[in-house]
Amino acid sequence: MNNISTDVDNAVTVRNVCKNYDNVEALRDLSLEFPRGQLTSILGPSGCGKTTLLKIIAGLLKPTSGEILVNNKPVTGPGPDRAFVFQDFALLPWATVLRNVAFGLELRGVAKSEREAIAEKYIKDVGLTDFEHSYPHELSGGMRQRVGLARALSVDAQVLLMDEPFSAVDEQTRRKFQEDLLDLVKNENKTFLFVTHSIEEAVYVSDQIAILLPRPSRVSEIIRPSGFREKEALNIRRDPEYLDIVDRIWASLRTYVE
Amino acid sequence: MRYRSLFLNFVSASIVFGAWEIAGRIPVSFAFPTFIESMSAFWVLIIEGTLFTAYAETLRPLVIGVVISTVLGVGIGLWIGLSRAFDWLVSPIFIVMQTAPLAALIPLLIMIYGIGLTSKVFVVCIMAMPVIVLNTSAAVRNTPASIIEMGNSFLGSRRDVIIKIILPAASPIVFAGLRLGVSAGFIGAILAELKITPTGVGDIISYSRSIADYPTMYAAILSIILLAVVFLNVLERIEITLFKGTRRNYVSD
Repeated sequence: MNNISTDVDNAVTVRNVCKNYDNVEALRDLSLEFPRGQLTSILGPSGCGKTTLLKIIAGLLKPTSGEILVNNKPVTGPGPDRAFVFQDFALLPWATVLRNVAFGLELRGVAKSEREAIAEKYIKDVGLTDFEHSYPHELSGGMRQRVGLARALSVDAQVLLMDEPFSAVDEQTRRKFQEDLLDLVKNENKTFLFVTHSIEEAVYVSDQIAILLPRPSRVSEIIRPSGFREKEALNIRRDPEYLDIVDRIWASLRTYVE
Repeated sequence: MRYRSLFLNFVSASIVFGAWEIAGRIPVSFAFPTFIESMSAFWVLIIEGTLFTAYAETLRPLVIGVVISTVLGVGIGLWIGLSRAFDWLVSPIFIVMQTAPLAALIPLLIMIYGIGLTSKVFVVCIMAMPVIVLNTSAAVRNTPASIIEMGNSFLGSRRDVIIKIILPAASPIVFAGLRLGVSAGFIGAILAELKITPTGVGDIISYSRSIADYPTMYAAILSIILLAVVFLNVLERIEITLFKGTRRNYVSD
């Protein structure tokens, strides 16, 4: 019936999506598949439409044409099956950590005691115990993003959409985040869509890397690192395959970077 | 720390009132009484109860006008901030209202609404509403896009996004607008009493001026300033209790 492979179970399928802003063509005829339970990075130079693609999948933007399927159902807007982690954290500055983490559930009409119990659990999971009653401005950048992550986890969506979640935190915190993310992918049975502009980060955390190129935006290549995924987090960066892939991606991207 | 700031307040008041006293004694002008003369006139106004009956009269258009301006102003401002079309339709009215020379409009208001309460309430509204509307709409429009997107992506209804995200985010600037609007309302209330019919505090001012009782005139003016300051402080308290924490900075940057 179609030529899309059916042996892989895809949580999210992007089919022939185009997106135009007035005269600017952000995405042209883009198709991509995201296997369930895995982490797929969307990697590319700035201006290639990574974030646009993620927001279309989130239902925050409407594609000009084409369709998005989540669990084989077409996306018409934001849904309970997807949760978003924002690049700038998008926390409410007037709300405590507890309320911020529980805010997704609050918007879904979950009763206060219930949602706070759930939020407490995820606050503990991301390592923010004792900060429940702090305000975002009292936290470091890394801790703020942990709040954003806990909020996304607490609504228990199957698909987690992460828009450059670690780009606003410092290098050391970012490495810790990347290691934690590997654990998260292993332990939570969720599908992760991860937008990044860091090649190393993408190769380090991904089961599948989709490389997007601009002008016109398209998927130029899909890479699936296989050898080092089972290795221990600390050894990945020394793995020859890891280094090869990083080099290969840079070779194909470098001409697009001014 | 608290006593220190109180002490500084006291020093600043002493400097202003001291300068007033000196200027009155020079005298700067025949029509400029000393601070002490004005204070004793103020005392007389209180003892005789004149001030209270006057304020009973003045506060009516002021309170009605400020309440109307606040409710309507924040409502219209919110709507303007949320809807492009409504912005185009309505904003110009308030921009014109803000720049229009009110004193020139008063005869027009009297022709339409007479010399009673309605005209005075109108004057207060014309003074107070534009700044409330324009501040509210600007505040709403400046809500960080990402927290609105966050609300939408976590399935917030339109109503939730407005009440739980946009309004609290806008509240500091809305309240700044309310403070400006309320002070403008005070000006409007007095202006109405001076320009339409002399009642209340406006009557004390214009009457004492006509009989050259300048200390009483200054006492009346001072009483308005005092009341306005008290009013604005109350407003600040309301803001702090209603929107605890909104004054904190955004942490995205």
